Amino acid sequence: MNDALHNIRIWDDLARRQNAVNNLHPLVKLLTTIFYLIVVVSFGRYEISSLLPLIFYPVVIFSLAELPLGEVLKRIAWAMPFVIGIGIFNPVFDHQTVELLGFTISRGWLTFISILIKCVLTVAAGILLVATTGMERLGAALRMIRVPRVFVLQLLLTYRYISVLGNELARMLRAYSLRAPGQKGIKREAWGSLTGSLLLRSFDRAQRVYAAMCLRGFAGEYNSGAMAKIGAGDLGFLAGWSTFFIMARLYDWPLWLGSLLTGVF
Amino acid sequence: MSHHKVEVSNLHFSYPDGHQAIRGMSFTIFHGESVGVIGANGAGKSTLLMLLMGILFPDSGEILVGDTRLTKKTLPMIRQRLGMVFQDPDDQLFMTTVGDDVAFGPRNYQLDEAEVESRVIEALTQVGIPHLKDRAPFKLSGGEKRAAAIATVLSMRPDILIMDEPTSFLDPQSRRRVMGLLKSFEHTKIITSHDLDMVLETCRRVIVIKDGLVAADGPAGEILKNQPLLDGCGLEMPLSLQSCPNCGASKYEVE
Repeated sequence: MNDALHNIRIWDDLARRQNAVNNLHPLVKLLTTIFYLIVVVSFGRYEISSLLPLIFYPVVIFSLAELPLGEVLKRIAWAMPFVIGIGIFNPVFDHQTVELLGFTISRGWLTFISILIKCVLTVAAGILLVATTGMERLGAALRMIRVPRVFVLQLLLTYRYISVLGNELARMLRAYSLRAPGQKGIKREAWGSLTGSLLLRSFDRAQRVYAAMCLRGFAGEYNSGAMAKIGAGDLGFLAGWSTFFIMARLYDWPLWLGSLLTGVF
Repeated sequence: MSHHKVEVSNLHFSYPDGHQAIRGMSFTIFHGESVGVIGANGAGKSTLLMLLMGILFPDSGEILVGDTRLTKKTLPMIRQRLGMVFQDPDDQLFMTTVGDDVAFGPRNYQLDEAEVESRVIEALTQVGIPHLKDRAPFKLSGGEKRAAAIATVLSMRPDILIMDEPTSFLDPQSRRRVMGLLKSFEHTKIITSHDLDMVLETCRRVIVIKDGLVAADGPAGEILKNQPLLDGCGLEMPLSLQSCPNCGASKYEVE
């Protein structure tokens, strides 16, 4: 539990560092990521090879931002069970076969792999955006593209309160385990009262935090300070990557490269 | 300078469950005074602070800050003049860095970024932690957190400082530092605490609360020496005023 809480905060620390990607304007990173997500999901279910060049974006950002590989992979892995849950029945239902790189496989497996790749790419792009921008600056960028205040606020407050809720839970679990020696987990009879009390405690705590915010003039807008203007470098980043995404969408590079290498043109 | 005055008259407040927390409280705190509000648990101290800050609204009676009556309409203006430091600094520090937390108030009042920056530096310097500006609040020690929480309020340049248990959860040296800090402020101060030695050192006047009423109001030296009064209100004389159990001498006398 404490590890999980510590990990939430890792992203804030990572986003605060100074490096080429972190210093980019948050709006530019947000727009690039949105464009990337649209391009990735726009590929058809059987188009696997043309998806592959898009892996460049997360890889390049990842290495420029000097992020810890293990942490990023761990988070991508968390999303996997959901995707596997969604795609696992495709091979069962879709038995038609296709030829891929000289192998014959069923179309069900193809769509399953395509879903997996799309998931890894989109989740990685999202994680990289948060880890290089920070939640507050991301909130400011969302406001710039006219996302309604109430949604942005909800996102920022949820992010803020997750750790409040987590802290309360960690404290309760510690108190429980100290009085329940040798017990694995929590007894089913205690689940109800534990969740109820967690809810009440976190209400209480959230109210105090909210009061502290109101006392310092909070009136619904999360002001995260002035942001630097969008510079030439920022525009170059957006334009460069957008061009790359469009090219990757329009042309099947792996196929073209394969044909070039094998001399079949 | 009447605008730093806080006047509470005939204040009543009951919680939704019917518990009468404040039952006709009246007092006036003048410009530059440092006032300790003391009382046993459940006497109504925290409720009083919440009423003063407009987090709760009284059933009857009124609160005047300067010449302005505290109402929902005047709340933003009044909150700019009253700065409250919470008992638990974790409730007050919610941004990702200490600097952002200290800047939170000034930014909400739409000050320009240069002014915000200078206020952040000024407030952090005042509490002695300018070097912690870029640190994450959760990584600070208890004493540093308390100093940061005080800075978040100072950056709004309030006329009146309200503090709920400013020395709770602190080790002796951090407590001493916070006390030094409190003494250095020239603001009007309202401090609630069970740490009566701290109240004795930092406050000239003491208001004792019992069962939602003002049980006594007077100079700190007199009230905190009044053993029968303190006993009746569930309190105890400050250690520094108690006589030595061996030789019967007192550490020091308050004039």
